[in-house]
Amino acid sequence: MEFKFSEENLQKIASVQKNYPDKRSSIMPVLYIAQEQNGWISHEVMAEVAHLLEITESEVYGVVTFYTMYHKKQVGKFHLQVCTNVSCMLRGGYDIWNKIKDKYNLEDGGVTQDGKLSLEEVECMGSCGTAPMIAINEDYFENLTPEKVIEIIDSLK
Amino acid sequence: MHRIVLPDIKNLQEIDVYLANQGYYGARLAFQKSPDDIIEIVKKSGLRGRGGAAFLTGLKWSFMPKVTSKPKYLCVNGDESEPGSFKDRQIFEFNPHQLIEGILITCYAIGAQTAYIYIRGEYHKWIKPVQKAIDEAYNNGFIGSRMKETFGTQFSCDIFIHKGAGAYICGEESSLMNSIEGQRAYPRVKPPFPAQNGLWGNPTTINNVETITNVPPIIKNGSEWFSSIGEPKHPGTLLFGVSGHVNKPGVYELPTGTLLTDIIEKYAGGVINAKRIKCIIPGGTSMPPLKGDSIEGLKMDAESLRAAGSAIGTGGIIVMDEDTDLVKVLARMTKFYYHESCGQCTPCREGTGWMLKILKRILDGKGTKSDLDLLISIANNIDGNTVCALGEAAAWPVKFTIARFRDEFENRVNESIQIPVNNKVHSMRKTKNPIDNIEIR
Repeated sequence: MEFKFSEENLQKIASVQKNYPDKRSSIMPVLYIAQEQNGWISHEVMAEVAHLLEITESEVYGVVTFYTMYHKKQVGKFHLQVCTNVSCMLRGGYDIWNKIKDKYNLEDGGVTQDGKLSLEEVECMGSCGTAPMIAINEDYFENLTPEKVIEIIDSLK
Repeated sequence: MHRIVLPDIKNLQEIDVYLANQGYYGARLAFQKSPDDIIEIVKKSGLRGRGGAAFLTGLKWSFMPKVTSKPKYLCVNGDESEPGSFKDRQIFEFNPHQLIEGILITCYAIGAQTAYIYIRGEYHKWIKPVQKAIDEAYNNGFIGSRMKETFGTQFSCDIFIHKGAGAYICGEESSLMNSIEGQRAYPRVKPPFPAQNGLWGNPTTINNVETITNVPPIIKNGSEWFSSIGEPKHPGTLLFGVSGHVNKPGVYELPTGTLLTDIIEKYAGGVINAKRIKCIIPGGTSMPPLKGDSIEGLKMDAESLRAAGSAIGTGGIIVMDEDTDLVKVLARMTKFYYHESCGQCTPCREGTGWMLKILKRILDGKGTKSDLDLLISIANNIDGNTVCALGEAAAWPVKFTIARFRDEFENRVNESIQIPVNNKVHSMRKTKNPIDNIEIR
């Protein structure tokens, strides 16, 4: 499916490009804008970004695949990111991970059939003092228990 | 008690409150001096980098060429991805203007006209207050072309936020620059050093967020004031982030040289259920772990920790109680480095995976005694053989955890497949098959 940036987003891109001395360097913010519009970074998105920045598609692909926060496939409406790194693990991060996996029948990288939830095990999110935590899309939820997590996820609309 | 970076002032993140508390006064003072004077003051203060290496900040600034036809840059490292480290977000949230003021002074000292604050992509919530503070500072003429009127100086600079996208390696300074340039964030071979050949090939200085936030008070109060706080060789305060098995985890700003036991007992509320500490990581997971019974009298500063066989790192303290399964902890840490290895250098790319496989084998109850030596051998072959320090960061936990807790590892490899009940990690109690959680992807 062809991808074109919206007029509004083209303006956003023009604005963010002022922060960098050349077009190519704006690729990371441009990819974020693309992801916001499209939900994930498809090959069509990469092609359009390459065209816009006057670089090759393989260069764009190289950047997209290096960074974990660019989604290489579709994610759910609510993307659940569970930290299981040491500080969270010591406070029950894996209890939360397992609870979510079991309750919503999700594996790492999986999406529920209705497209509502997707699950990802993530590395340290910088919430060690408020562990365990999950992030849902852009928001952090901290000092959790498995019960609280389910309550939060079930209340998502 | 001194609080330099996070003073106890309500709503200090608001520009009005910041201004009412001598905000941007340090920048005003700085612009009346010469850039060399500023570098000299910071050198004399003894300020060391807060990002892990504890390098002298003033000395780093002095590496920037005085005369050059190229633009110069400042990068402020707020990637904050070291497991156990969660201090910079406190600055972003509660004192962003002091960070901005520090950036202005630093840019003036090194002659940079552009600064990038690199903030990890996951920190959406903390990018907002920094962007708000930057916008306010622009509106008030503290950043940008209007600085000339505001401060009566010929100097001006711009500050931009560059948002990361989830890669631990971007905390390494040359990766960070490649990331700002929009590349895959591979670390660069040094030399050339960033001061000669940094961002887009131009002279660049990279400092940690906490380091820069220390600068305005140093300019306001003088180098002697700063160097008299804490340990003389590593003066000032540090933001200690305490996590793990303590009653009150959190960030505590305390003078360097504060006793580790005091941080845990007096500030972090002691160990949960008053258990004994088995293992403690003093400065983020990349730093060698210490035995719980070896920390009595240990001061938290660069020199003291080096003498104790570890390092201050980012001041991220992870406390593990007597019931912690260290094999599982080490496997989880190794999984992290395996995931975050950028793949550029073979020893790190392959070695981290091999170490993870062996640790998983030991966790599965299928390890042998020779596995422990094999792990150390792999770690030794990573250590020192990579472009950047991620190699060491992956190798050290393996080497030092096994060396310092050899009994626990030997017991494990001598055992059958069953894991003893009293040897389970707190967090794993309810899981059906905890070993499955450490999978190789």
